[in-house]
Amino acid sequence: MSWTKKVLRVNLTEGSISEEPLNMEWAMDYLGQRGLATKYLVEETDPKSDALSPENKMIMTTGPLTGTIASTAGRYSVVTKSPLTGAIACSNSGGYIGNEMKNAGWDMIIFEGKAPNPVYLYIENDKAELLPADDLWGKTVWETDELLHTKHQEPQLRVAAIGRSAEKGCLFAAIVNDLHRAAGRSGVGTVMASKNLKAVAIRGTLGVGNIENPKEFLQATQDGKKVLAENAVTGEGLPEHGTQVLMNVINEVGALPTRNHREVQFEGAGKISAEAMREVREGDGRANLTTNAACFGCTIACQRVSTVDKTHFTVKDKPEYQGSSGGLEFENAWSLGTDCGVDDLDAITFANYLCNEDGMDPISLGATIAAAMELFEEGYITVENTDGVELKFGSAEALVWATEVTAKGEGFGKELGLGSKRLCEKYGRPEFSMTVKGQEFPAYDPRGIQGIGLAYATSNRGACHLRGYTVASEIMGIPEKTDPLETEGKAGLVKAFQDATAVVDSVGICVFSTFAWSMEDIAPQIDAACEGDWSVDRCLEVGERIWTMERDYNLAAGLTAMDDTLPKRLIKDIAAKSGPAEGRVNDLSKMLPEYYEVRGWTPDGVPTEETRQRLGL
Amino acid sequence: MKITLKLYAGLSQYLPVDSKNHSTKLDISSSATASSVLDKFVPEGAAHLVLLNGVFLEPEERKLPKLKDGDTLAVWPPVAGG
Repeated sequence: MSWTKKVLRVNLTEGSISEEPLNMEWAMDYLGQRGLATKYLVEETDPKSDALSPENKMIMTTGPLTGTIASTAGRYSVVTKSPLTGAIACSNSGGYIGNEMKNAGWDMIIFEGKAPNPVYLYIENDKAELLPADDLWGKTVWETDELLHTKHQEPQLRVAAIGRSAEKGCLFAAIVNDLHRAAGRSGVGTVMASKNLKAVAIRGTLGVGNIENPKEFLQATQDGKKVLAENAVTGEGLPEHGTQVLMNVINEVGALPTRNHREVQFEGAGKISAEAMREVREGDGRANLTTNAACFGCTIACQRVSTVDKTHFTVKDKPEYQGSSGGLEFENAWSLGTDCGVDDLDAITFANYLCNEDGMDPISLGATIAAAMELFEEGYITVENTDGVELKFGSAEALVWATEVTAKGEGFGKELGLGSKRLCEKYGRPEFSMTVKGQEFPAYDPRGIQGIGLAYATSNRGACHLRGYTVASEIMGIPEKTDPLETEGKAGLVKAFQDATAVVDSVGICVFSTFAWSMEDIAPQIDAACEGDWSVDRCLEVGERIWTMERDYNLAAGLTAMDDTLPKRLIKDIAAKSGPAEGRVNDLSKMLPEYYEVRGWTPDGVPTEETRQRLGL
Repeated sequence: MKITLKLYAGLSQYLPVDSKNHSTKLDISSSATASSVLDKFVPEGAAHLVLLNGVFLEPEERKLPKLKDGDTLAVWPPVAGG
């Protein structure tokens, strides 16, 4: 269905649940999911409120295409204020629960207040109830999922839950759904924990309907699937190799942040790459990669499913981890591997399992461990802090230990759970933290890919590649090739990616579809499904409106243009030591003023009144 | 002159059998181009992302004699990630 036009409002303080109509006037301006939920958050909360207070709200939201027959249309998002950054948070996830929520008849679930005791929300179509979760508190995501399936005796129940890390205050805790998919970034799981909400369990059987023009929609979605199937990246590259294929690519172009961004190329990249995942191991005669998999309705199927060698130190005494489980994406392999200098593929895979099991953002976790390793090697942290563990770059054992204690919120793990910004500030070396607005960097080095540096600096949720993935253009040539070392033209490129991504994130489809789809492929699917005329231009205007609204939220929360920056390490202190970018830093100062200009913002990064009026803000 | 050829992802199968780490050393003539080297190893149209010492080579540049002794040519089929 497109919009179900129904919102479920859950007041956790009072324990009450009510149904209300979706604000369709807003839907015409913000589509759904990321855009529409942010509009609700803007209208209903004070941006200055404490992210972990009952005043903050948390919105689970689908898009108008979620649950339809459009390819990749299984996405949902969690929108709230981030405890990690103090900025807007919107974390997007695949799997199956987005579809389930839509099939239960809900566009959006708004959680407000704080439950006096742990609860979970159980939804079966129109029936929704808050149930006690005292027995689930303290359990992992995987244990919670199993207990809820057993309790409700419903094999098709879909569960999104937080793990122990969130309960213990880890600021980059994720909400994990369907065991291995996550609304991962910006600490949305921490907000959920602050509300004493352990899980959301949904069964929806109402089916698909409410398509504006079913015949046109069938044609538009068939056309879209044909484009995906015939495109070499989405039809072959991603299902065959997954995102991990980028490990060697980004290493070769000299933009693979290594050992907490001290270097830009990793000598061990080949050992933890997509190619390595397919190689037969000596230990058990099997490969790390078991198979690929797909989220709901996806015809790309980029997910990895992996198995750790039974003789490996991480699992040899733990049979519960010896089966197949969620495998490595490029980001996770980079953060837990390259950034920590670790080239042990199975150790990284195991650490990634733990991120899924206990709900942690692996990007922030790995980058924080990398910062801690630098603090250790420079003597600011000692074995007295780490229970005797030598927290050195390259140590797989240290990586696994750090992941385990953060998952459980024990000892030094409590400090790691605060993220790299707070950790490095505590130990007197804030410049060791590779963050923007307090959120850790993804796997692309801004010294070797200039445009992504601008995208990180201006991202509304802190450092993030998925808010404007200029790497597609700068490295892969999608939709057209630009020079990664050039700064000219990057302001417009970043804006174009940011606005288009805001649309994609607001309709319920996956951003990976855009390796093949342009807005000319997406707009007809929206137009056929939804009431109103949805042209390419209107969609892109909605994207710009969403981006600017998020900016306004952040400004109201107290952020300024001073927060649109990169760590000194990347713009001044340490030039790239090797590769095509050798000797370069990121030239953010050349790009940022032009970016403000093309956005119609003042030189101080504030949207002008003219821009606000043009966008109807 | 000697160059290093790296073939990744689905192209690795086209490397000589004694290759290691998706890489092989080649002796090539001074007039060789990226295209002429690749023509000997990978099927026509299979090479998508071609990097010379980490720098992207446009399709027309692949036909020019830009290779030097010690260069590394790294090649992928169409790939992407996130």
